[in-house]
Amino acid sequence: MANNKRLITILIPIISVLLGLIAGAIIMLASGYNPIAGYTALWNGAFGDSYTIGETIRRTTPYILTGLSIAFAFRTGLFNIGAEGQVIVGWLAAIWVGLAVDAPMIIHLPLAILASIAAGALWAFVPGILKAKLGVHEVIVTIMMNYIALFSANEIIRKVLTDGGTTTESIPATASLASPWLQSITFYSRMHYGILIALFAAVIMWFIIERTTLGYELKAVGYNQHASKYAGMNVSKNIVLTMVIAGAFAGLAGAMEGLGTYGTISVMSGNINIGFDGIAVALLGANNPLGVVFAAFLFGALKEGAGEMPTGAGVPTELVDIIIALIIFFVASSYIIRWALLRFKKGEK
Amino acid sequence: MFDILQSIVPTALFYSAPLIFTALGGVFSERSGVINIGLEGLMVMGAFVGIVFNLTFADVLGAWTPWVSIVVATIVGAIFSIIHAVASISFRSDQTISGVAINMLALGIGVYLTKIWYGKGQTDMVQQPFYTTDIPLLSEIPIIGPIFFQGVYVTSYLAIIVAFIAWYVLYKTAFGLRLRAVGEHPMAADTNGINVYKMRYIGVILSGALGGLGGSVFALTIVSNFSHSTIVGQGFMALAAVIFGKWHPLGAMGAALFFGLAQSLSVVGAGVPLLADVPQVYLLIAPYVLTILALAGFIGRAEAPKASGIPYIKGNR
Repeated sequence: MANNKRLITILIPIISVLLGLIAGAIIMLASGYNPIAGYTALWNGAFGDSYTIGETIRRTTPYILTGLSIAFAFRTGLFNIGAEGQVIVGWLAAIWVGLAVDAPMIIHLPLAILASIAAGALWAFVPGILKAKLGVHEVIVTIMMNYIALFSANEIIRKVLTDGGTTTESIPATASLASPWLQSITFYSRMHYGILIALFAAVIMWFIIERTTLGYELKAVGYNQHASKYAGMNVSKNIVLTMVIAGAFAGLAGAMEGLGTYGTISVMSGNINIGFDGIAVALLGANNPLGVVFAAFLFGALKEGAGEMPTGAGVPTELVDIIIALIIFFVASSYIIRWALLRFKKGEK
Repeated sequence: MFDILQSIVPTALFYSAPLIFTALGGVFSERSGVINIGLEGLMVMGAFVGIVFNLTFADVLGAWTPWVSIVVATIVGAIFSIIHAVASISFRSDQTISGVAINMLALGIGVYLTKIWYGKGQTDMVQQPFYTTDIPLLSEIPIIGPIFFQGVYVTSYLAIIVAFIAWYVLYKTAFGLRLRAVGEHPMAADTNGINVYKMRYIGVILSGALGGLGGSVFALTIVSNFSHSTIVGQGFMALAAVIFGKWHPLGAMGAALFFGLAQSLSVVGAGVPLLADVPQVYLLIAPYVLTILALAGFIGRAEAPKASGIPYIKGNR
């Protein structure tokens, strides 16, 4: 029976992705495109040559981190919908330190990365403390924090980091994650060392959750707050800590974009969506670090490959957004898939 | 002072109208016990449908086009929200996640179809948007008339009227009582013979209708075309208004008016002597900061309907 359950947990994401891709094909057919041409273009856009593979990995990097952020919070029963804002403040902090500090790389780069972690953690601390002390729902607070981050960051970019401009100067090489070596083996894509940091972060999450007392307590709080409290655990401390760690992961995702991909930060007209896509990543990855890495890679490939669809098959890139949204619906409605699977099993016997 | 009011009040009303409609939708959904993070997506869908319908039928319908457009957007919004209803009520999916998916799906569909139908990322400007008018009779009143009733959009007053209707429906009819009961204690409601699933479906579909209406009003009064950046955060601001208004239709309306005022001040504030020195950013973040403060209990306690966010499973304790 336990084996059965495990199988279903793995089957649900796979079935959801397949259903999503089938739905995508149907949409392409209905709007007069050739789905085979569409998916071929998608594949070529994601894995066609070494350049696109490099770009796919580049795009995967922040997804791993926002996915981890949301998955980590989920484990304690919290929904960190504010990864979006935490990414923004992390990105901003990393660039700020990158521009303001003048130091050799060995100090400068870690400092900029730490700044992004601290900023993300601080941004998540607010909803954490409000949840722990006053019982305020973290979903709403984190959403509000997203917009506060967005507008405040824009203001700082305009007034502090530039003189009324919309994009900052590039950070010096001492704060950059860019890797000439990785770029050269991927035909000058923007792939950078951040992928190693992201994978390491996944290991850290696994370690915290599976191998530490803290992780045990966090999971316990996630399962049953009252029982944890009765067992002598400090529930509010654990809630705050979870949000702070989740925020740190998301802030780090901002550093990946800032220090790795762009080297700058620009005024944003709206959501940057790395945080919202992270929700899909965490959900599809079943809140498990390894699952998150796989899911991030899948979404990274879908998003990167989408860029090839208009030229390769005439299909608008937004098809991939529709597919991702449908995949979320399918995973979220896993109750019905589970029901169908069990039904199917019964039929076999 | 008079001139200032005459420039601020109509702008505030004009920014508030879409927020009021959408926030009322949010009230219906959340009062029935279904969290609706998807308000943003419902507005996107409304804006998309409103603009496309307007562009397509402007020649046929003439001056009636914007009105028919918002009606069609309302209907499509209601239909679109059924996805959220099925996922979160029948399939018991996490309501927040389903709402997030609604947001992604609406934007994806809107921009995808825009690209297919218009061959580019944004539509043309509509030829038949809403125009400002003077309300007959009322605009003749001295002082009040010029401030409140001259050069305004009729939709702003429609929004306020709908808010009062929503209040009446929720608090003065048997239907409203049932809807609220289902959101507070679904099991007790079920025991009393109320169909919990049906009431929740109605709540979500009403939020879809009003969200679609809000989105189309926003598109046809403020931006006049559709692209990926037509609706950026207005849905979440409406959600904030729901909470800041304590899940009450008139409260939500008040909050939406207040947020609309903050938005309008960030637009026209430069011309107002006292506000010219206030950095725009404070006005932009004000709605969100105030909502957090309200939730934290610093500005009266905002408490959600008790069963909000929990799928109802018949026969479960």
